[in-house]
Amino acid sequence: MSNVCIRNLRVGFDGHDILNRLDLDVAEGEFLVLLGPSGCGKSTLLHSIAGLNEVMEGSIEIGDKDMTWVDPSERNIGMVFQSYALYPTMTVERNLSFALRIKGMDRDEIERRVKRAAEILHLESLLQRKPAQLSGGQRQRVAIGRALVKEAGVFLLDEPLSNLDAKLRTELRRELKLLHQRLRSTMIYVTHDQTEAMTLASRIVVMREGCIQQIGTPQAVYVQPENLFVAGFLGSPCMNFLNGKLANRQGTIHFLAPGFEIYMTSYSFRVTPTNGQTVMLGIRPEHVHIRESGAQKGVVTMVEPMGNHHIVWIDCGGALMSCLARGEADHRPDAEVRFDIDAERACLFGADERRL
Amino acid sequence: MKLRPRKRFGIARIGVYAFLISAAAFFVLPLYIMLVTSVKPMEEIQLGNIFALPVSITFEPWRDAWSTACTGVACEGIRGGFMNSLAIAIPSVILPILFGALNGYALSFWRPRGANVLFGILMLGAFIPVQVMMFPLVRILATLGLFSSLPGIVLVHLVFSMPVMTLLFRNYYASLPQELFKAARIDGGGFLRIFFQLMLPMSTPIVIVAAIMQVTGVWNDYILGLVFAGRDNLPMTVQLNNVINTTTGVRLYNVNMAATILTSLVPLTIYFVSGRWFVRGIAAGAVKG
Repeated sequence: MSNVCIRNLRVGFDGHDILNRLDLDVAEGEFLVLLGPSGCGKSTLLHSIAGLNEVMEGSIEIGDKDMTWVDPSERNIGMVFQSYALYPTMTVERNLSFALRIKGMDRDEIERRVKRAAEILHLESLLQRKPAQLSGGQRQRVAIGRALVKEAGVFLLDEPLSNLDAKLRTELRRELKLLHQRLRSTMIYVTHDQTEAMTLASRIVVMREGCIQQIGTPQAVYVQPENLFVAGFLGSPCMNFLNGKLANRQGTIHFLAPGFEIYMTSYSFRVTPTNGQTVMLGIRPEHVHIRESGAQKGVVTMVEPMGNHHIVWIDCGGALMSCLARGEADHRPDAEVRFDIDAERACLFGADERRL
Repeated sequence: MKLRPRKRFGIARIGVYAFLISAAAFFVLPLYIMLVTSVKPMEEIQLGNIFALPVSITFEPWRDAWSTACTGVACEGIRGGFMNSLAIAIPSVILPILFGALNGYALSFWRPRGANVLFGILMLGAFIPVQVMMFPLVRILATLGLFSSLPGIVLVHLVFSMPVMTLLFRNYYASLPQELFKAARIDGGGFLRIFFQLMLPMSTPIVIVAAIMQVTGVWNDYILGLVFAGRDNLPMTVQLNNVINTTTGVRLYNVNMAATILTSLVPLTIYFVSGRWFVRGIAAGAVKG
């Protein structure tokens, strides 16, 4: 088990910087998820930690040792790839033992480790098969096993579940979480899937265009997004945004937008707001409550049933709001509804897109 | 809507068949004449009807061609040439495949600085006619003391096959996922270990293709063998030429035909057994750049 410490990292290809001056600390035993849209540099960061990319500036420490220029094989890491990258001509057993055989470990130890990994990942009956004879989920388990047998300090996982179908993905996601709870090893996990990030991470790193936007627990990133990008990236359906202004009336702060007037008294401002400041209000669908006594009104345009809840889309004078409604209430398109916005749970963003 | 029944033999269809049949005949007829002539006694050949089927079949010419036909002064048939060609072909197939694979592997996965420039120069070499390099190469081999020797001719074949072999393997490896290589790097594999334990075992299809190309190329070679192999190692093609050009009295057409068929037997077999692979190899080399 090791920690990872990245300082001032700059990585680029062909004159384009992909990561610029990036700092990141990963604690021992942590499950850190790098989350972001494609092209945000999360995979590049992971590959740099693995030593598969050349670093232009900065340093990478693994287990308190400077690994910036160390060969990938010497970094004490295990890696799982999106395409599994199993060695097609070798059996599962030889896939698992490849790294150990290269190291020249003695046979008994190799056998012990392969057996243990196979046990943990339920691969015992598949050891003599070739990768082509395995299903997608089995292949991914072998890929994880290959990292496991090395008993590496850090596990690097590059979108390991994105090639699997939806059902298998949730299944393996759970297995992965159990595995981490059991092994308590440091894991760095790259994904663009927010569900994976939310469910697996002990901390999420949200990235965009090579820069870290926010680092925090899933709860913190979800509830208190640092800026507009993080707020919009997490959550499904997406957070609702309203353009408006702040008004200070006798000491109470109001949010004003066409058709909306919301008291922001319970909102804890990080920055002192000014009167007339242009802001954007973000509110998650689950904090829009449809009720007859509601202060706002709008017209239902569409209802998406999701089984245990449904998403009601409300048109309120041009602004489209999504609302997560529970229970049996029957909402029909074109019906007029009244709703409240839970101002305490809302987020306000300034003109610089940062949360106020 | 009712579909109009398709005409089976339209004019266009007949034209296509006519063209295909004549094209096939163009290649098959010589083979037929050679086969037929090679089993005819000389008296029958002298009647002049080259298309006629043999009246009395004899395998005498084949035996003569193999073991007693005169290649210049010696009259030992082309048997010796067959052995020489074998001795040249075996290392000239194995070594180029090995080095071509190694080159392609290095270019596709390790991507050393300037790899593309080096590869470009190598490809340029493929376009320069062999004849241009002949004399300098003779001088170089003479200096190395390899001129007119088996290692000499093998080295020449190795050098001249490098562009195509490298291209073949480079393209094949470029089609494999990079992540496979990265995984092996993290598992601690070095340059040679990843090559021999991972990449080479995955290369069976392209190795077969390369072997086919190399066997036919080396076996059919005439000019390199003539210049670089030396008297004791002359390949079968050179000896065949000698058989046909050595005339004492009557020109033994049947023996010549038999010798020619014997010489082309190895590439012919390869084509028949593995035509599918051969086409695939050409496609692999041509399409992916």
